[in-house]
Amino acid sequence: MSCKKNIMMVVLVVAVTFFQVPAQAGTIDPFSGLSGEIRISGGTAHIPVMKEAAKQIMSANPEISISIAGGGSGVGIKQVGEGIVDIGNSGRAPSDAEKEKYGLKLFKWAIDGVGVAVNPDNPVTSLTKAQLKDIYSGKITDWKGLGGKEAPITVYTRDESSGTREVFWKKALDKGDIVSSANFVVSNGAMKTAIANDPNAIGYVSVGHMDASVAGVALDGVSPTIDTVKSGEYTVARGLYSNTKGDPSGLTKLFIEYLLSPEGQQIVVQKGFVPVN
Amino acid sequence: MTRITQKAARIVFFFSAAASAMAAALVFGFLLVFGFPLIGGGEFFSLLTRRWSPGQGLYGFLPMITGTAAISVLSIVFAFPLSLGTVCFMGGLGPAWISRLLDGFVRFMTGIPTVIYGFLGIFLLVPFVRTLFTSAGSGMCILSASLMLSLLVSPTMIIFFKDGFDSVDFRYIQAADALGADNVQRLIYVILPGAWPGIVTGVIMGLGRAMGDTLIALMIAGNAVHVPGSILDSTRTLTAHIALVSASDYESLAFKSIFACGLTLYVLNALAVIAVRRLGRKRGPV
Repeated sequence: MSCKKNIMMVVLVVAVTFFQVPAQAGTIDPFSGLSGEIRISGGTAHIPVMKEAAKQIMSANPEISISIAGGGSGVGIKQVGEGIVDIGNSGRAPSDAEKEKYGLKLFKWAIDGVGVAVNPDNPVTSLTKAQLKDIYSGKITDWKGLGGKEAPITVYTRDESSGTREVFWKKALDKGDIVSSANFVVSNGAMKTAIANDPNAIGYVSVGHMDASVAGVALDGVSPTIDTVKSGEYTVARGLYSNTKGDPSGLTKLFIEYLLSPEGQQIVVQKGFVPVN
Repeated sequence: MTRITQKAARIVFFFSAAASAMAAALVFGFLLVFGFPLIGGGEFFSLLTRRWSPGQGLYGFLPMITGTAAISVLSIVFAFPLSLGTVCFMGGLGPAWISRLLDGFVRFMTGIPTVIYGFLGIFLLVPFVRTLFTSAGSGMCILSASLMLSLLVSPTMIIFFKDGFDSVDFRYIQAADALGADNVQRLIYVILPGAWPGIVTGVIMGLGRAMGDTLIALMIAGNAVHVPGSILDSTRTLTAHIALVSASDYESLAFKSIFACGLTLYVLNALAVIAVRRLGRKRGPV
């Protein structure tokens, strides 16, 4: 596990020695004058929002340091439960057993879609749910019948600890089989890299992570975009959670309040997710 | 006085030797205890022959065992001629100054972290393999991983081979020279047979490193959970499997099964060492 953590560890050290962000009247104020550390790990879909929130807070208050690691939803829940981190992110609500065992409190601060993605050079832009299930179960193995050029499909999936995988498997594949020859990658970022480099790839990423390096595929005619997720038209969606062990306090509490504040929700929108407030 | 220091030194060294020997035994015991829920029911052997499909309650390691075996053996197949060739060159066939340069370079290579090789693999080797073989799919396959691994294990093998070469009795070499042997004859008839134990050790160390490496396979072998049918198939090694599953729900049976997975790796590694030693002893001269 430490290897995995090493690759995915995204430690932010924002050196703001030269300028101070002009003090804005707003929700960042409660942090002023405070110092300390907030340790965050878990879901990889959350990382862009976490990074931006951390940057805002640390720019205004250089005495506060916030470290952000990946690992996947399972890792986030486990680590916060064991007190290794202050906030454990997960792209699924923790199970009742997990909540009970660790005394977790969960805070949902965004809604995220999980979209099917292919390489931008792939002419296929739309699939039916049935086709998607057949691709993932290994019944369809070539792009030709789907409107693409004749080439074997390479299926990418995430490991079992992934919240992204869980929602995709439940809501897009209806808990259907995933072919055993599927390639496994370990984060939303790694999924994007894999799809961007492989012209015959199909995979799934958090809608907030979609950019020009991959092409979203419409599912039953609905494209995975922030608008369709917001309207509820695109149904492969889940909440993004930050979990704490017991009621949060101190900096951790302020951080979660910041995520739920208008400013925090603004970051959520900016990073391609649907705000909850 | 000296007697007391000697005695103290002996005790200290005995304990450090005992501690390192115990560590290996302790790891084994730890794996055995934690893997017991799955091993105890006599299910351990069925784990070795089944597929991995936690959704269906199947926690077998067969795909990972074949993956580990295929990747590590193939990487040795690539690395062995490379390493032996390098050492032969360094051990008399090439000019001395190039040998010294090579020697320094090889020692430097042993220090390169495996994640660097993994990165190189993703951005250079994987796209290359993908375009070279259309049936390789993503390019993340046994071939890519074992090529990259062979780069990782060669320096280790070269160092052990070189030790073997250096340990050949100089008098034999002089005798060969006196009989009028040229460089190549001296190498084939005198040095290589004499260096055999070093070569066997080098292969064992290389194989151990290849089997134990996690990152390269995790990053560029594709991690698919099926028994690979060709070297262009995506596959998952036991080590990558442990890394992937250890992040999942800690209460799940899938998580508990990885202790048995670690045990399998441990045993497999031991078997490989024994096998190579046997093989080495049979062929070895003297």
